[in-house]
Amino acid sequence: MNLHLIIPEMEMAALALAILLIDLWTPAASKPRLGWLAALGLGAILLMSFTCDSIADPAVPAFSQLFIGDGLGLYFKRFFIGAAILVVLMGIEYSDRLPVGFAEFHALVLLALVGMMFAASANDFILVFVSLELITVTSYVLVSFQRARLASLEAGVKYLVMGGLSAAFLVFGIALLFAASGSTNFTVLSGASATLAGNRLFWLGLLLVLTGVAFKIAVFPMQMWAPDVYQGAPTPVTAFLAVASKGAGFVLLLRVLFMAVPFIARQWHTLFMVVAAISILYGNLCALPQRSLKRLLGYSSIAHAGYMMLGIAALNSDGTQAVLYYLAGYMFTLGAAFVVVCLVCRETDDISALSGLNGRSPVLAAAMAMAMASLAGVPPLAGFAGKFFLLLSVLERAGANPAYYWLALVAIAGVVISLAYYFGVIRAVYWPSDRAETAPIPISPAMKISLAVCMAGMLWLGLFPNALVQAAAEAVKALRF
Amino acid sequence: MSPLTLIFGLPLLAALLTALIPRNFRFVIRCVALLATFSSMVIALVMFCKCHPLDPGGMIRLKFLFEETHQWSPAIGFGYHVGVDGINLGLIVMGAIVAFAATFVSRRIETREKEFYILLMLMTGGILGAFASLDLVCFYGFHELALVPTFIMIGVWGRGDNKNFAAYQITLYLSAGALLVLLGLLALYLQLPPGNRSFDIVAITAYFQSHPIGAEAERWIFPLLLFGFGILVSLWPFHTWAPPGYGAAPTATAMLHAGVIKKFGLYGLIRIALPLMPAAAARWVPILAFLCLGNIIYCGLVAMRQRNLNLLIGNSSVAHMGFAFLGLASLSTIGMSGTVLIMVAHGFLAALTFALSGYLDEELKTLEIGEMGGLLRHLPFIGTAMIMAMLAGCGLPGFANFPGEMMVLFGSWHRYPVVVVIALWGALVIGGVYMLRAIRNIWHGAKPWPGISDPASAWRKLPFALLLACLIALGCYPRLLTDCIRSSVEPIARMASSGSVLKDNPANTIPHPAENPQLAAPKPGEGGSAIRNPQSPANPAATIPDAANVSPQPVPPMPTR
Repeated sequence: MNLHLIIPEMEMAALALAILLIDLWTPAASKPRLGWLAALGLGAILLMSFTCDSIADPAVPAFSQLFIGDGLGLYFKRFFIGAAILVVLMGIEYSDRLPVGFAEFHALVLLALVGMMFAASANDFILVFVSLELITVTSYVLVSFQRARLASLEAGVKYLVMGGLSAAFLVFGIALLFAASGSTNFTVLSGASATLAGNRLFWLGLLLVLTGVAFKIAVFPMQMWAPDVYQGAPTPVTAFLAVASKGAGFVLLLRVLFMAVPFIARQWHTLFMVVAAISILYGNLCALPQRSLKRLLGYSSIAHAGYMMLGIAALNSDGTQAVLYYLAGYMFTLGAAFVVVCLVCRETDDISALSGLNGRSPVLAAAMAMAMASLAGVPPLAGFAGKFFLLLSVLERAGANPAYYWLALVAIAGVVISLAYYFGVIRAVYWPSDRAETAPIPISPAMKISLAVCMAGMLWLGLFPNALVQAAAEAVKALRF
Repeated sequence: MSPLTLIFGLPLLAALLTALIPRNFRFVIRCVALLATFSSMVIALVMFCKCHPLDPGGMIRLKFLFEETHQWSPAIGFGYHVGVDGINLGLIVMGAIVAFAATFVSRRIETREKEFYILLMLMTGGILGAFASLDLVCFYGFHELALVPTFIMIGVWGRGDNKNFAAYQITLYLSAGALLVLLGLLALYLQLPPGNRSFDIVAITAYFQSHPIGAEAERWIFPLLLFGFGILVSLWPFHTWAPPGYGAAPTATAMLHAGVIKKFGLYGLIRIALPLMPAAAARWVPILAFLCLGNIIYCGLVAMRQRNLNLLIGNSSVAHMGFAFLGLASLSTIGMSGTVLIMVAHGFLAALTFALSGYLDEELKTLEIGEMGGLLRHLPFIGTAMIMAMLAGCGLPGFANFPGEMMVLFGSWHRYPVVVVIALWGALVIGGVYMLRAIRNIWHGAKPWPGISDPASAWRKLPFALLLACLIALGCYPRLLTDCIRSSVEPIARMASSGSVLKDNPANTIPHPAENPQLAAPKPGEGGSAIRNPQSPANPAATIPDAANVSPQPVPPMPTR
């Protein structure tokens, strides 16, 4: 049974249920404190993941090979928990804007987290589907959590429709894969490479599965939902979708491509290159005219998913490590950006809401500027280091196939375009403005901690990449290219 | 600790310190900035006095003084490595002096001084760090650190209605250039064997000397670096960001950017692109020589039409870069030494002219040349300095630009006689026309200017005098730098030119003069500087096509022109 492998998942589910229960005996005034409980619980689980030596080498399969406990899973679980802590802390700050269901908000985040943690260890398409649904269904509710706000409801409906569509793709794809191969297990599939490599039905099934996963990542061709949903969802939920949900998509993509079907992934590099290039250009070009900050971040998240697809398209261990590194940097960067959005953009999330921020709160201004610079890839911040490794992995392949040089050129074209809108935000923050509002912005302790952690993380990953590069190298050992 | 660490570390430290000072302590903030740049200038000058020409030694090997190395990320292969040789010595000293002058003339910044000085110190530390770095990651990272403040400074403290557009244009252009460079550098790094990869410039150069880069990779990497660095130096036709950007930038930013930061691209070409990829260099230098004519002629003609003083200076500064490129394209010791000298000279010149035009702007509240006139009577000191700077820009002997341009023209004569003739014409006639016309329109005439006067005290004249003194000192005695430059440029020029003739076999070992001392005859120098070229062919079949080798036989012409 190997039950000990899913201890973190069980703890997480128990924490979610505990919060729902404790809510019953909590007076309404002190309900925001439940967020602290969730954050502390998450922190404890994160610490425990470091103390118990759960990196099993070689990777231990469990539950009739549905589940696999390995370094990759552990890396992503820590990543998800880290992101969730940020989201929960943001949720505490946001509690005045959540009408009801404060405990449910945190419980749903934790339940989605359980789904992500299972996804990180999935070794079977059945578990892939179940965990994806767990993530997506909780996200539907979270997106439309502000019942009184039309935008939030609209975003929820859009997310539901698009999510339903992508789930249909996924299920149909899994059915085709099963029809072609007779199994849904990654280990079995990768062992049958000889018979499956040329099987067109299997290819079609895989293509559909990848489409379903592309929805989570928000890359072309399933990127349409991102800007609408990011704009409409409550800010902490947007952060959750942008960081953790995207990470879940990537871990599934890595698992499927490089554990189940490495023999097909090898032949599909052109597909990944096209997806990466289109996502980068689409995301960056569409973000240019945006005035709404959250919508802008939505488009930019498509572009960043495209950058990370570079690492997938490189089809080597360095590329995958770079994806893992980039995601970690992306968490700190977006964490800082969304904390600022959460604090500053109360009525409107128009970029003009940021104008004069430097006068109102230099700390928030610096955090926002750092986050935008990191997203744009300015050294010495995390975003630069991530892009550095991604480009390195792409160029590594360029010796054999010059098309990768073009891919790298497209990527830097995207970066140059993105500078225009990221610096537009920095401009709003620092340029002299004639805005009347000059009231200082109070920052709660939760937000202070999050900001400090995110800013330190951006600098740490930008300046001292060693530790995380080694962790990422350790994590991708299980994958085959 | 190496003095280099101090030279760029002090301004960075000052930036940090300034961030901690409350914003109403204006005097303290300015003092911190001045003190930091002054001490880094003094350290740079002391270092300069201690430097001596480096003997290239038996093998072609890069040698550095004041090196300092620290491990940083051995897994990826980058670390902290600084060092100085003849090529970056002048640039660092020039950068430190210009940074001091730029801080000095920022006296009139009155809004948000704290942020201004933080950004100025970041810029200074960044670019000095980039010149001192011998590690590609630091080299790139420090340059970016210098680049980002430019955008904010133009946007917040910039001049003119056009400043937002200029800020965007300069940022996007320069970032595109820097990213192309990044791609090229990464691709270069990947040419090293796995497990032995490093971003250390010395290690990379040593490796590629014995293992030339494959032709296929070179075909991609060299243009990436050439155009990436080229955009950063405003290579025609990628120069359009420069004049409006400098026109809109606050004085200190324009001085630092036009004077110092822009030289980063040329420095990168000399240090990395040309010596490491001689075969590709041989293919591309004729194109570079052609493009540099675009700088000299086209931008010169554009400068003739300008009515705004800053735009005129900006265009002429772009035109000057043409000579620097021509020297690089010559792939000869004399030509490339001339480029290095021009880089230093132009740094002083650009900083001086922008400082002076900044003073004029503050006094007159306009930079339209048509509205000026008769100013020399009211501003004798500023006027004299400006006229001298403008004449230096035309290449008048006695100023540092003259020996540099001379060396470039001498060095490239054998490869591109036609280009040299056209460039000379462009420099003398076009440069003369716009500079002399500007001098007449601004300084001569009888227009009265009540209330306009020179800087009141000798103290306030110091930055202008300092830059002017450097220009004249280097112009009258270029050997201050040229010996050092030659000793370091020579091995690089030999590597860079090894692809031009021995194209089919770039791995051919290059004989060193030490093996045939009797052939190492001194060559006639120029402009008083004793540039000698101690290299000579040991094997007639493997002639080193060093144009500096002013031999009676014509050097084989370039295959493409």
